[in-house]
Amino acid sequence: MAEKTVSSEPAAKAGLQQALLAPVRLAMGIVDIPMRAWQKLTGVNGMAGVFLAPNMLIFSIFVLLPLVINFIYSTTSGGAIFLPNRTYVGAEQYRILFDCRSYLDPSTCAADTFWAAVRNTAVFVVFQVSAMLVAALATALILNRELSNRGFWRAVFFFPVLLSPVVVGLIWKWILQRQGLLNYALSPFGFEPFSWLSDRFWAFFFAVFVSVWAHMGFYALILLAGLQAIPRDLYEAAAMDKASPTRIFRRITLPLLMPNLIVVLVLALIRAVQIFDEVFVLTGGGPGTSTMYITQFIYETGFASSLRNPGLASAASILMGIVLVILTLIQLAASSRNEKKGKRQ
Amino acid sequence: MTRMKSIGAAFAAVLLSSVAAHAGDVRIMWYSDGGEGEVIKDLLARFSKANPDVNVILDEVSYDVVKEQLPVQLEAGKGPDIARVTNLKAQAQHWLDLRPLLADAKYWDENFGAQADWMRPDGSNAITGFMTQLTLTGGFVNKTLFEQAGVEIPGPKATWDDWAAAAKKVADSQKVFAMAIDRSGHRVSGPNISYGANYIAADGKPAPIDQGAKEFLSRFVKWNEDGTVNKDVWVSAAGSTYRAAAEDFINGGLAYYYSGSWQVSGFAQKIGDSFDWIMAGSPCGTVACSGMQGGAGLVAVKYTKNPKDVAKVMDYLASADVQKEFAERSLFIPAHKGVAAGQVDFKTDNPHVKAALKAFVESAGQTAPAAMKLPGWKWSDAYYSAIVARISQVIAGEMKLDDAYARIDEDIKAKVGGN
Repeated sequence: MAEKTVSSEPAAKAGLQQALLAPVRLAMGIVDIPMRAWQKLTGVNGMAGVFLAPNMLIFSIFVLLPLVINFIYSTTSGGAIFLPNRTYVGAEQYRILFDCRSYLDPSTCAADTFWAAVRNTAVFVVFQVSAMLVAALATALILNRELSNRGFWRAVFFFPVLLSPVVVGLIWKWILQRQGLLNYALSPFGFEPFSWLSDRFWAFFFAVFVSVWAHMGFYALILLAGLQAIPRDLYEAAAMDKASPTRIFRRITLPLLMPNLIVVLVLALIRAVQIFDEVFVLTGGGPGTSTMYITQFIYETGFASSLRNPGLASAASILMGIVLVILTLIQLAASSRNEKKGKRQ
Repeated sequence: MTRMKSIGAAFAAVLLSSVAAHAGDVRIMWYSDGGEGEVIKDLLARFSKANPDVNVILDEVSYDVVKEQLPVQLEAGKGPDIARVTNLKAQAQHWLDLRPLLADAKYWDENFGAQADWMRPDGSNAITGFMTQLTLTGGFVNKTLFEQAGVEIPGPKATWDDWAAAAKKVADSQKVFAMAIDRSGHRVSGPNISYGANYIAADGKPAPIDQGAKEFLSRFVKWNEDGTVNKDVWVSAAGSTYRAAAEDFINGGLAYYYSGSWQVSGFAQKIGDSFDWIMAGSPCGTVACSGMQGGAGLVAVKYTKNPKDVAKVMDYLASADVQKEFAERSLFIPAHKGVAAGQVDFKTDNPHVKAALKAFVESAGQTAPAAMKLPGWKWSDAYYSAIVARISQVIAGEMKLDDAYARIDEDIKAKVGGN
């Protein structure tokens, strides 16, 4: 009796499954007819186009078309937003952007704020990406060890990644403002209240620090995954050979972590070039223009300022887009090089 | 068949009701400096009760949204049906001419005619809206701090230098900031004009920055450098972003704050009886003791789909009773000629507020002619923006003052050339 019950259950399940799948099969059968006809007409390769079409359509509407429109804007001048109301000026906006006696001295440029933003972004990228790599690697190495409450510590370091950049900016602004937490904490040690965000050096320092704090958890996670993929027996063999921790790091960890490090480097680079939100909330681009980066220049020039010039902003964004494409190509090249290297090994 | 008919009828009813709901929508973009948001909500609730066919939606936004996002919406031919804005003239091409739609255009001409030109295209006689209040810039003094420091409050004819010196003494004694001026080109333009500045050239276009403006701006930069002025306000942002220093004054961290009459309502609410404060008019320069006139106008947007309903709402809000109540409860100087001429009974027990409003009304008489022209001048906002962006760079140590003057002229020239 018991055996009969056991054997009837899968049969009942299978029956139910068949009943549920029947309409799906019917629909697939109906779709199959034009698909077969299309395949006959275009061949198997032509079918790829059919499956790609929906994605291409969405990509064209939301990425390609805005890109083309942005390029058209960059060839126009005036304060109007509506394209038909704008005057065609050809490459004039690009000429203004590149009208410089010395690119190293923004004050000699017609678009001095643009070049100040370019210089600021370059300096920011160098410091922020270096700091990010070191901090993320150190964090990943620590979190990879046998810590008590390891899960908790991983969550702690990943938590800032979950915060909105605006919230990150506001939190740190409250800490760093003149009547903020940092000055309050330093006051018992005899420090006078200091306007951290009104000083060029400290504003830059905290722009780097806050962006590293906010995003480091994400990159540490990528590196942690890489560390955990390194075979344990390599470390055991190195321990048997009495290799020093530094040598183990240089000869085992670093080379095997290189693919992850390259991914982190390029992702961090791309993100650093696009820096805007948390720094905009934190410093507003000040003092002066010392923490104004390219994205903020584009925003200010295109939208926020009464002196707005959407054409100039579009031209600047096209130039920034070119830099990002170059960085993406580097990432793709590095990834494919690593893949090939992996295959050879 | 009966069932199908019922479904069809229900569908038609839903469709019609949704169309009817949208037909009378009037969306207002509104920002508040103090408590006026609550007042306008009350007033509109009364309108809605009396006019159920018009659905008024009040979108309360920050001033930054009005300054930065509304212009983009308008350029794209979109936006709210009515908006409360301060940059009235430069955007006048987007405002709706209400004249043919109003119940009594003559009433509007008589009561709001003095400022009507601020918000309509040059050479037009359109009625595009009305001023929700008139404002004047002026200085607020933390009287308690002055008393505690034993420093005498400068008199009515005191110069900017006198005020800076007095406020610095208070700051040194009380460990606060001496002075602050909002990060706004409008705010430094009164002082500039007091030293003889004139922004408008003979052809109506912007003139190069002159010696009068340089007189005050150089002082302002020096005060930022020597700590007389709270440097944070002007260097805490790049570009032409607006920043007020009101919170510092409210928190008792400022001896002297140069802002304007729109702050009175907020001070009444937030300062309470924490300290005594007064409004001390505008300090003098070498030519005048002028503040800047201005105010926020409520304008109809020409891209509205419901112009008749918009006119109905505007007629209601512009009526004498509503204007009187709005001014009295929001503690604003009324722009309505009839209301201003009558008895305005400001609804407050706060003696500082009553005295401040009285002082603002009195100092309005000292406004220089050059300052009175700027609210209705198309390029005023472009001028203000250039001043803020470049002078901030000087204060931050990025640029020399002479280079900043040259850049201000170039920025404005580029803006004028592109339009």
